[in-house]
Amino acid sequence: MVEQVNFNHSAGVPIDERVLQAMEPYFRKFYGNPSSVHSAGQQSAKAIENARVQVSQLIAADSKDRIIFTSGATEANNLALQGFAYRHRRNGNHIIISQMEHLSIINTVKFLSKQGFEYNQVKVDQYGVIDTQALQKAITDQTIIISIQHGNKEVGTIQPIAKISKIANDAAIPLHVDAVASAGQIPIDVTKMGISMLSLSSNDLYGPKGVGALFTKRGISIQPILLGGGQEYGIRSGSENVAGIVGMGAAAEIAQQQLEKNATHLRGLRDNLIKGVLNKVDEAYLNGHPKNRLPNNANIRFAFIEGESITLHLSLHGFLVATSSACTSKTLAPSHCLLSMGVSEAEAHGALQLTLGRENTLNQVDRFIEVLPPIITKLRAMSPLSKDVPYDLFEDEEHDHEHSHEHD
Amino acid sequence: MYTQKVIEHFTTPRNMGEMEDADAIGKVGNPVCGDLIWIYIKVKDDVITDITFKTFGCAAAIATSSMITELTKGKTLKEAYQITRNDVAENLEGLPPIKMHCSNLAADGLHKAIEEYLEKTGRTIDDIK
Repeated sequence: MVEQVNFNHSAGVPIDERVLQAMEPYFRKFYGNPSSVHSAGQQSAKAIENARVQVSQLIAADSKDRIIFTSGATEANNLALQGFAYRHRRNGNHIIISQMEHLSIINTVKFLSKQGFEYNQVKVDQYGVIDTQALQKAITDQTIIISIQHGNKEVGTIQPIAKISKIANDAAIPLHVDAVASAGQIPIDVTKMGISMLSLSSNDLYGPKGVGALFTKRGISIQPILLGGGQEYGIRSGSENVAGIVGMGAAAEIAQQQLEKNATHLRGLRDNLIKGVLNKVDEAYLNGHPKNRLPNNANIRFAFIEGESITLHLSLHGFLVATSSACTSKTLAPSHCLLSMGVSEAEAHGALQLTLGRENTLNQVDRFIEVLPPIITKLRAMSPLSKDVPYDLFEDEEHDHEHSHEHD
Repeated sequence: MYTQKVIEHFTTPRNMGEMEDADAIGKVGNPVCGDLIWIYIKVKDDVITDITFKTFGCAAAIATSSMITELTKGKTLKEAYQITRNDVAENLEGLPPIKMHCSNLAADGLHKAIEEYLEKTGRTIDDIK
C-alpha cells in the first residue's frame, strides 16, 4: 500500500498527539458537568476556564474579552452575525461581507435578508483581495456590522485586515473576522488589529473536530441563537463539550508556541510545491495572491482538464488533495471564490487546492512534483480541449443545469 | 463513492483518443458544466466497426465514455442507438446518484454520432428503426 500523504488540511487535520493526551482524562476520569457545584463539576469548570485563557492568548485577547465555545466555526459565524444583527436591529439593518466569505457567512446573511436585513458583498480583485474603496462606499448609515475573513482556506489569500478595520473603526462599525484558516498560521492580535469579534475552529489548530469559538470584545453584546440553561455567559446554552474544549485549548497553546517555526516550515514547502508544479506543467496557473497568502496554501489551476479526475488519480498515488471543481461538491456548484476572482466556470473545474500541514515533509512535496505531471499529461491527452480547442468555443452553448451552494 | 468498475475504466480507459478518419463525431456537454464528451465512430454496412472517445470531465464522465465504446463496438446502428444511459450505468455497476444526470452523457454522445452519420448518408433515425 502506498503511503498516504495529506495535502488536504483545509478539510481535515490529524489531531496533535499532545492534544489527545490533554483530552483523554475528560472522557472518563473528569466527567463532571461544569454547571454542577460538586468537586467533579468544578474540576471541569476549571478546565474550561483554562482553555479560555489558552485560546485568548493565541489571538492576544484581553482577560475582559469573551471566548465563547461553540460546536465549530460554522456555529461561531452564525452566532456572530445573527446574534449581533438581532441584538442591534434598532441601530440599522445593513450588513457588509465580501465575495470571498465562507458559506456559513454568506448563507447566514442570505437568511437574515429574509428577516428584514440587507447586505452587500464587497467585490475582490483577481487575487481575491477585497477592494477597500468599494468597502468604504458600501457603508451606509444603516450598516451595523462588517464581516471579513482573514485568510481564505481555498485560495490562500490574506486580506488587509488592518486597513479594513481602520475603515470600520472610523465609521464606528464593529468588525467580525473569520480567522478559521489563518489562526495558528499567521499572528493575530485582536486588540492591535481592531477586531470586535473573531471566529475560530479547533480542528484547523490540530484540535478535535466539533469545537470552535467566538471571541467577542468587551462591550460587544450579542443575542444567543441557542436557548437553554445559559452556559457560556448565557450566549451559548448547552452542556459544554468539556473534552473538546480542553482539546481546543491545548491545540491553541501549541499553535501559539510553534507559530513561527510552523509557518517557516510550511512556507518553505509551499514555495517549493508551487515552483515545482509551475515549472513542470504547462498551462498551470497559481490562484490567489502570489505573496500575501497563507503559509500552507497552494491553489493551482490546470487548463483543459477537470479537477476531480486529477484528485482521484492523485489519491491512487497516496496524495489526498481537494479540487475547486463543481464536480466534487454536493451541489455541483463551482467555487464562488474563484468566480469572484474572475476565473471562468469552465477554468474553475481544473483547480487543485493543496493545503499543507506540520507533518508534511520536503520529500513528500518532491514526490508530488514527480507524480503530478504524468497525470496531467494523461488527462490532457484524453480531453477534447486544448490550446487549439479552447473553452470559449463552447461558452455560448446552452447548458441545462445551473447550481449554487448558496441558499436563495 | 465510485464502484471498482468505474475506477478501472477511469484509470485504464478503453478506446481513448481521436479518430482521424471518423465517419461521424457526436459532441455533447459543455465545459462550463464540467463535462464534454466527443464520440468518434467508423461505420461499415451500418455496423459500428470502430469507436473512440475524447472526454473532459470527472471520473464518471471518463468511465461512461470508456464503457460506451465497449458496449457499442461491432453493433449495428440500430442496436447501438438503443443503448441508454441506464445501460451504461448498470454495466459500470452503478454511478453516484448526483452523477447520473450530469456526467452520464456518453450514451447521448453515441446517439448524436449515429444521427450525424445518418444525416451524412441522407437518412434519419426513422430509417433504421
